[in-house]
Amino acid sequence: METILVLAHTETDGSLAKPALEALAAAKSLGGTLVAGLVGDNVQTAANCIAGWGAAKFLAVTGADFAHPRYATDAAAAEAIAKAAGATVIVAPATSRWNRVLSGVAHRLGGRADTHVTAIAAAGGAISVNRWYYRQRMEAVIQRAQRPWVIALDPGCVPAWQGDAGTAAVENVAVTLADAQKRTAVTGLKAPAADQQTIRPDAAMLLVAGAGWTKKQADGQTHVPDAEKLILGFLKLTQASLGGSKSLVDLGGEGQAVLSFMTHLHQIGQTGSTPRHQKGLSTCCHGEEPHTVGWRFVNERRAISLDPNCGWARGKANVLYVADAFAVMAKVNELLAPKKA
Amino acid sequence: MSTPYQIVVCGSIVPDPLQTLEPVAGPAGPALKNEMMLPAVLDPWAWHALFEAAHLAKGAPGSKVWLVSIAPKAKLQQVMMTVAQKAPFELVAVDGPSSGFTEAAEAAAILADAIKAIPGLDMKKLLVFGGWESASRGAGATMQIIGERLGITDQFQGVDKLTVAADGSLEILERIEGGKHQVSKCAGAPAVLGWATGNLPDPPNNPQTGMMNMRTIMPALQRAKPAKLAAEGVKFVSVTQPSQRRGTKIVKDTSPDEIAKEIVSWITGE
Ligand SMILES: Cc1cc2nc3c(=O)[nH]c(=O)nc-3n(C[C@H](O)[C@H](O)[C@H](O)COP(=O)(O)OP(=O)(O)OC[C@H]3O[C@@H](n4cnc5c(N)ncnc54)[C@H](O)[C@@H]3O)c2cc1C
Repeated sequence: METILVLAHTETDGSLAKPALEALAAAKSLGGTLVAGLVGDNVQTAANCIAGWGAAKFLAVTGADFAHPRYATDAAAAEAIAKAAGATVIVAPATSRWNRVLSGVAHRLGGRADTHVTAIAAAGGAISVNRWYYRQRMEAVIQRAQRPWVIALDPGCVPAWQGDAGTAAVENVAVTLADAQKRTAVTGLKAPAADQQTIRPDAAMLLVAGAGWTKKQADGQTHVPDAEKLILGFLKLTQASLGGSKSLVDLGGEGQAVLSFMTHLHQIGQTGSTPRHQKGLSTCCHGEEPHTVGWRFVNERRAISLDPNCGWARGKANVLYVADAFAVMAKVNELLAPKKA
Repeated sequence: MSTPYQIVVCGSIVPDPLQTLEPVAGPAGPALKNEMMLPAVLDPWAWHALFEAAHLAKGAPGSKVWLVSIAPKAKLQQVMMTVAQKAPFELVAVDGPSSGFTEAAEAAAILADAIKAIPGLDMKKLLVFGGWESASRGAGATMQIIGERLGITDQFQGVDKLTVAADGSLEILERIEGGKHQVSKCAGAPAVLGWATGNLPDPPNNPQTGMMNMRTIMPALQRAKPAKLAAEGVKFVSVTQPSQRRGTKIVKDTSPDEIAKEIVSWITGE
């Protein structure tokens, strides 16, 4: 029987984020002995929240040195907990914090890691995981002989664990840090002001903007300020998340007319992100077929394009509107405004 | 005075992103249909890493850039024809598969050995660059394991910006959730940086750089030793392409007002 450790880190407020609860749910579905491993400044609140999860043990590495995501200290903490747990399978949420270290940790433990896992299942005594290859273009189901097996589960793939809180008896695992492990200090975060943030991973809807928004229109002119107003207006009214095609986000670097709020962080597709949203609306995109992997994890898809052969639409979207996105989106915003008010 | 760096960029080749890919079952596990025929490019995020390396080296006189790559040598040579014109570097080539279905841990072991074998390698000057994920395996694992094998525990992933301060410390911006960056300050080399897109546009082709690079690239390709790289311990139960095509409803010759109404009712569910 496997000893299954769920490794989670606390957030700055001491809580566990949703991806951690999803990892707990996925691990529990496998059977086996469960161990919870927590890393953070102080983890008691988090441990209490998952007291009813069924852990045989709660292990923790805590203290100010472990408050911030840093490779050297996170790897040391994860390694120590995994060893103390005698874990054969380690399930962790694929957060940026864990993604930075888990493969290195697997190496230290003499095991292997699989990252960006989208499903985990146990059948006939074997655990299988699903993951995508070639930038979400093909999906494999794999099993592994190596142990410990570190599995980083992508957020949003399984429902979060829900259960009773209580009082958890947390055992501290000691980790002594050398100065060499503190050569890096996290000094802060950089982000647009909250009301200017247009990347919203938890939004129900994704708006994808393509380079067409910046191209010459029927009157022979570009209308970039109008495009900005329409896109931002829509985002404000719907609280949708914004994604961009590679062509659009690259324009800035090439010194062309750009939408001022577009950065490389917005890029979706093969060399961008593949976000998870219930609905997606692409506007002014052309994109060859292989790039529509930006759609991969979007359930309901619609597109507005002047080009009826748009790669984002044919065979990929549920509905394609062959129309001028400027005209349509202006009207969409007009209709949404009173609903918002 | 700026510190000279030894910047080692790890990057393999991947099928050109515009190609349609299809998995097939090969003798040694899954593979791509017509894999050897597909046109290839340097892995996109490693490509960014290479430009960032060249940019950093330019600003720190005495620095040098290496590109360490495991790939089928004939294909790597083709890709080098383009890459060589972009930035000055010395190639270290290992002849092996560039398939996404191989193990990151096995690739990392080979790459770490290739890095250790670079003559005159100085850990105090070493920055190991690569893509934060490959466009083939997409695991984000290789760079971490290379770092572990080289004993480097200052590691950063999803890097978009590196600034060297006057005191030689490194300020690094890494992508984290929700469109944000984490800012870290690292005392200095050695460090591992897995790059995301970075900040630099693709440099223009420079035939002179190309010619200079090719002088070392050709011998490096000739020297390239074959390496065994597979996926030991992994059983691929299945590899499938998502095949479901959507029956796209095409709405045309309809007024923007009508379309907007339909979109709004879809969004609001009313
Ligand atoms: C190595 C590599 C990696 C890549 N990775 C990615 C990736 O990750 N993501 C990605 O998106 N692409 C990627 N691409 C690029 C991809 O191949 C396409 O070039 C790109 O997606 C096209 O961008 P676009 O749709 O914004 O723009 P365009 O191709 O410029 O299309 C604009 C579209 O807008 C339409 N349009 C213009 N005005 C209007 C209007 N008023 N109303 C409605 N429609 C209008 C036009 O008809 C046209 O169809 C990559 C390419 C390479 C080589």
